[in-house]
Amino acid sequence: MDRVPILKLGDILIISIQVDLEDQSVLALQEDLADKVVSTGARGVIIDITAVEIVDSFIGRMLATIADMSRLLDADTVVVGMRPAVAITLVELGLSLGGVRTALNLEKGVALLDLARSTPR
Amino acid sequence: MTGGGQLPIASNADIVMVRQRVRTAAVESGFSLIDQTKVVTAASELARNALVYAGGGQVSIEIIDNTPRRGLRLEFRDEGPGIPDIAQALTDGWTTGGGLGLGLSGSRRLVDEFDLVSVPGEGTTVTVTKWAR
Repeated sequence: MDRVPILKLGDILIISIQVDLEDQSVLALQEDLADKVVSTGARGVIIDITAVEIVDSFIGRMLATIADMSRLLDADTVVVGMRPAVAITLVELGLSLGGVRTALNLEKGVALLDLARSTPR
Repeated sequence: MTGGGQLPIASNADIVMVRQRVRTAAVESGFSLIDQTKVVTAASELARNALVYAGGGQVSIEIIDNTPRRGLRLEFRDEGPGIPDIAQALTDGWTTGGGLGLGLSGSRRLVDEFDLVSVPGEGTTVTVTKWAR
């Protein structure tokens, strides 16, 4: 089973999904990330899916779950790098991921988190 | 026909393999990137359904080359409990497996032809076809 590394940059955790993940790896990632948000006190989570060729309902649910879970642990989540074909497919599949914030790339994702932190909640 | 053939669906690793083989076949069929993405996503949903609801099954991948029309036909077969109410199972949001309820209904929207035959106690066969544009 692949395990996705979680990188820490200041108070942001960065996950870059580089391989076609098995469902178990997806579930493991959710748990690893929740632990890491708490142990590091991270205020932001960025999930980079630039290399992800498809997002099916399982991965889509993971993205939504991570966003909800992080919010409960006082961290904001941004999904970055979604491919156009993936976005089109997700909408047709019926998953619009309304609760998940997105940015076009890592740089814009970091800027979005900075903005969120400078604004009172 | 390198992209065609039969694959077992018995583990999570097999779902990944199905995605990869369907991708290869979709490229071979001349699909656009968007259509590749759609058919691979549908295949991933249907393979997971076979694993989660029936404990496994198999898929046959067939490249259709009836000039001028090219396409891909995928047949997912399982010998699971079957689906008692197909109309309900095809409704967005309906699930008995704790998922989002988009596997069947969503994958139907991603392909051009969708056929579901299910006999309670004997199993389910889902056949989908997508044409290259």
